[in-house]
Amino acid sequence: MSIVSVQLGQCGNQVGQELFGVLSSDSLEAQRQCPGAPGKDYRDCALERFFSQERTGASCARAVLVDMEPKVISHTIATAAKSGTWKYEDESYFCQKQGSGNNWANGFCVHGPRHEEAVCNLVQRQVERCDRLAGILAMMSVAGGTGSGMGTYITQCLRDSYPHSFILNQLTWPYGTGEVIVQNYNSVLTLSHLYQWSDAILVHENDIVHKICSKLMNIKHISFSDVNKVIAHQLGSMLQPADVQGTLGHYTRNPVGELMSSLVCHSEYKLLSLSTIPQMCRSSLAYSTFTWPGLLKHLRQMLIANARMEEGNNNSIYDVHLSFVGIDWQVRVPLNGQPALERMPQRKQPGFNTSLANVLIMRGKDVSSADPDGFLHTGLYSSWLPAEAAFNTWRSPVHFNGYEKSATLVSNSQALLKPLDSIVGKAWNMFASRAYVHQYTKFGISEEDFLDSFTALEQVISSYRHL
Amino acid sequence: MTQSIIVQVGQCGNQVGCRFWDLALREHAYVNTKGIYDEALSSFFRNVDTRRSDGENNDITSGKIRSLRARAVLIDMEEGVVNEILQGPLRDVFDSTQLITDVSGSGNNWAVGHKVYGPACREQVVEKVRQAAERCDSLQSFFLIHSMGGGTGSGLGTYVLSLLEDEFPEVCRIVTSVYPSAEDDVITSPYNSLLAMRELTEHADCVLPVENQALEIVNKIQRMAHCGKPGHVIRKDTTLISGQGGVGGTEKAFDAMNNIVANLLLNLTSSARFEGSLNMDLNEIAMNLVPFPRLHYLVSSLTPLYTLSDVNIPIRRLDQMFTDAFSKDHQLIQADPKHSLYLACALVVRGNVQVSDLRRNIERLKPSLPFVSWNQEGWKTSLCSVPPVGHTHSLLALANSTCVRPTFMELRNRFMKLYKKKAHLHHYLHVEGMEPSCFTEAVSSLSSLIEEYGQLESTKGQLRADTPRLHVAM
Repeated sequence: MSIVSVQLGQCGNQVGQELFGVLSSDSLEAQRQCPGAPGKDYRDCALERFFSQERTGASCARAVLVDMEPKVISHTIATAAKSGTWKYEDESYFCQKQGSGNNWANGFCVHGPRHEEAVCNLVQRQVERCDRLAGILAMMSVAGGTGSGMGTYITQCLRDSYPHSFILNQLTWPYGTGEVIVQNYNSVLTLSHLYQWSDAILVHENDIVHKICSKLMNIKHISFSDVNKVIAHQLGSMLQPADVQGTLGHYTRNPVGELMSSLVCHSEYKLLSLSTIPQMCRSSLAYSTFTWPGLLKHLRQMLIANARMEEGNNNSIYDVHLSFVGIDWQVRVPLNGQPALERMPQRKQPGFNTSLANVLIMRGKDVSSADPDGFLHTGLYSSWLPAEAAFNTWRSPVHFNGYEKSATLVSNSQALLKPLDSIVGKAWNMFASRAYVHQYTKFGISEEDFLDSFTALEQVISSYRHL
Repeated sequence: MTQSIIVQVGQCGNQVGCRFWDLALREHAYVNTKGIYDEALSSFFRNVDTRRSDGENNDITSGKIRSLRARAVLIDMEEGVVNEILQGPLRDVFDSTQLITDVSGSGNNWAVGHKVYGPACREQVVEKVRQAAERCDSLQSFFLIHSMGGGTGSGLGTYVLSLLEDEFPEVCRIVTSVYPSAEDDVITSPYNSLLAMRELTEHADCVLPVENQALEIVNKIQRMAHCGKPGHVIRKDTTLISGQGGVGGTEKAFDAMNNIVANLLLNLTSSARFEGSLNMDLNEIAMNLVPFPRLHYLVSSLTPLYTLSDVNIPIRRLDQMFTDAFSKDHQLIQADPKHSLYLACALVVRGNVQVSDLRRNIERLKPSLPFVSWNQEGWKTSLCSVPPVGHTHSLLALANSTCVRPTFMELRNRFMKLYKKKAHLHHYLHVEGMEPSCFTEAVSSLSSLIEEYGQLESTKGQLRADTPRLHVAM
C-alpha cells in the first residue's frame, strides 16, 4: 500500500524533499545492512510505499508539490534530481506567480478555491497510480500563508474527495521568538480548521529541532537544511516499514491506519509529537554504542518529563526549569502498581506529561530482545484508557538511516499543551487589540471566524489539560 | 515570479530612480553570468528585440538578453532631469513610451502639481502605466519614488498614487518619500509635505520615509570608514554609496545619498527576485508590518555600509551588523527607534548568513528593544542567499515604530509656523480646486496619525495585562 504526499508552501516542500531523500537512501541501504529476506522485503515495501517506478527504472516520489510562487518548487525539483537515486515526477507540481503574502485568509479564501481543481487533479493522478492507498501525508508550516491557509483548504478538499482514506498532516511550528509576525494568527486559524478534517496532526517545533541540532548534533551554524534533515529523520523513522504484530519480517501494509487506530481514539485528541533517540552527528556515531535498555529508559523519561531530546554527551547542566530542554529525572510516575480504575484522581507532579496513547517503534540490531514494558505503566496514561490498549510496539530488524539501534516514540500526550497554549495566548493578545485583523477581513475571514477558531482551540487545550 | 513597476516623479524621484536602475543593472550583471534573461531579471526589466521595429509587442520572454528595458514610468513637469537621463549612459534602458514630461514645472507648488497637472496628464499617465502593466506577467507592486518638499514629486506624485489605487486596486503601492530637512531651501516645503502626507496616509500601502539629514549622517559614517584603522583596507567599490562599477560616469552631488536609497529598494526586493531558504515576497511586507491600515510608515536602516577586505567574516562582525541596524546613526530618517516603541520589525538578510546566526542575534537584541505589548515577538525574518555586489552579506531592517512621531510633529510645527502667518498661501489658493479646507483636512489627518502613534507609545513599558481568555465549560 502506498502513501501519497502533498508538499505545501516553502516549508512543506523543503521538508518533503529532505524526507524523500532519507526514505530513498534508507530503503536502498536496507538490503546491504540486512541481507536476506527481511532486508529485501523492507526495501521493496518501502519503495512501493513512497515511490513509483518509471519505465526507465527511475524512482519517482509519490508526491505533489504545491506553492504559490515558483522559486522553491524549481529548487526542490532540481535538488531531488541531483541525488541520482530518485526524483520528482515531471508535471507533478502546481505553482503560480505570486505568493500568499503570509496571509492565511489569502491562502484559504482566495488561492484555495481558485486552484482547487488543478491541485486535486494532480493528487488524483498520484492516487490512481497506487495499487492501494494507505493514506495521504500533507506537509506544511503553520506560520506562512500558502502552507497554512491553502494547505488547510486542500486538506478539506482531500477529505471530501477521499472520505475513507487517512489524512495525516505534518505541521511545522515556527520559532517562538518570531519568524513571521502574524504567525500566531495563522497557527490558530490552521489548527482550528484542520481539527475538523484531518485524522491526525503531527507537530514539529522549530525551537526543539533547532536545539537538537545545536546541542546533540553539535552543528555550529545551523541552516534550515539541517533542521529539515532532522525532521526528515524523525518522520522517516515513523513511516518506514515496521512490523506491528511481533513477528519480525512481516511488515504491516497499513502503517497510517495502524498509527491512527493506536493513537487517535477520540476526535478531541489529535495532536501527535515525535521523539527519536539517539540523535547525534555522524562523526560521533562510530564511537558510540547503545543498548536497548539504556535507550528505552532515556526515551521513557523523555516522555514523562516532556523532554523532546535527550541530554546528549556533554553532561552540561541544564536549567531544571526548562524541562523541555533536558531530561528532568526528578519527574516520576506517581503511583506504583495500582490498577487504573481504582486510582484516585491523580495529582501528578507539575511537568509530568500524561499520555493518551503511545506507539514505540524500534529499529535495528537485536530488536527482538528489547523490552518496552517500562512504557506499560498505568501511571503514564490517562485514567480512561488502560495501558495495554494505549501502548503499542512496532519493530523492524533493519537499521534506520545509519543508526545501528534507534527508537522512536509517537505520542498523543500533553507534550504540545504548553506550546499550543502559548500560541493561543499570544494570538489572543494580539486579537484583543485587533492588530492586523484588517488584513484578514480584506480577504474574507471575519472577526467571528477568529472567535470560532479561538473557541475551538480553547476546547482542545482544555481537553488535553484534563487528561 | 512577479514584476514590479517603478514610477519616478519629479526631479528627486527621477534622480534616485536613475541611481536605482544603475545599481540594479550592476547587481544583475554580477549574478547573471550567462546572459540569459531569467526570472530574476524579469522582475524589473523587459527583454526587447530592437531589430524589430514594431515597438509594441517585441518582448522576448526567455533566451539570451538582447536589450533590456526598465519597467518604469518617468514623470516630470520640466524637461531638464529626464533629458539628462536620456542623454546619459542609461538612455538605452528607457524608451520614449515611458516618459511623460512637460515644460514649465510646478514651481514648488503642491497645488499646481496635484490639481493642475494631475488631471491634465491623467490620461497619459493611465495609458503609460497600463502599457507597462500589460507587459507584465504578474504585476505585484508599484514603487513610487518622489520627494515631499517640491511641487511635482509631491503634488503630481501623490495624484499618481491615488490614480494607481483607482486603476489597479489589487497591486501593492510602496512609496519611497524623501522628506525635506529643516534647513531645506524650498520655503514652502512644509506646505507641500503636509498636503502630500495626507495623500500618503490614505492611498499608500506602505511608505518608506527617507530624510536628507539622516542620509548625510550615514554618508559621514562611510567617509569616516575610509580613513579607517591601519591594516584594514576597504575594498574598492564595496561601499553602499559607491557607484563604481556601474554604468554611470562621474559622481554628482546627491549621488552618494541617492545610492543609499537605491540600495534600500534593491535589498527590499532581493528576496522576491533571488532564492533563499526563507523567502519574503513584497506583499508579505505590507501584511506583516502594517497592523492598522493607517500606520504604515516604516523606518529603514541598511548595514553594513562598507566591507573590509577580510574574507573570513568573524562572528563578531556579523553580530556588529545586527547591532548597527538598530543604532540611530544608521536609520534613514532622523529617529531613534531604540527609544520608542516597536510595533513590528522585519529583517531582510542577504548573503551567507544562516538561520542560527539570525536567531542568536534576535535573542541578543530583543531585551534592549521595546516592543508593543501585543506583539512581543514581532519579528519577520527573511533569508536570501544572494548578497549584494561587493558584500558577503547585508541586512535591511524595516521597523514600524512610534519614532516617526517626532518627525511628523516637527513637520506639523514647521507647517503651522507658516500657516499661522498665512505666508505664501495665496499661491496655493489661487489654483483652481484648492480650498482652505484642503489645508485644514490635511492638518487634522496628520494630527490624528500623530495621536494614534502617541496612544500606542503611551502603552510602552506597561506590563502586559493579558486579556482574559475564553473559558470552556467542562
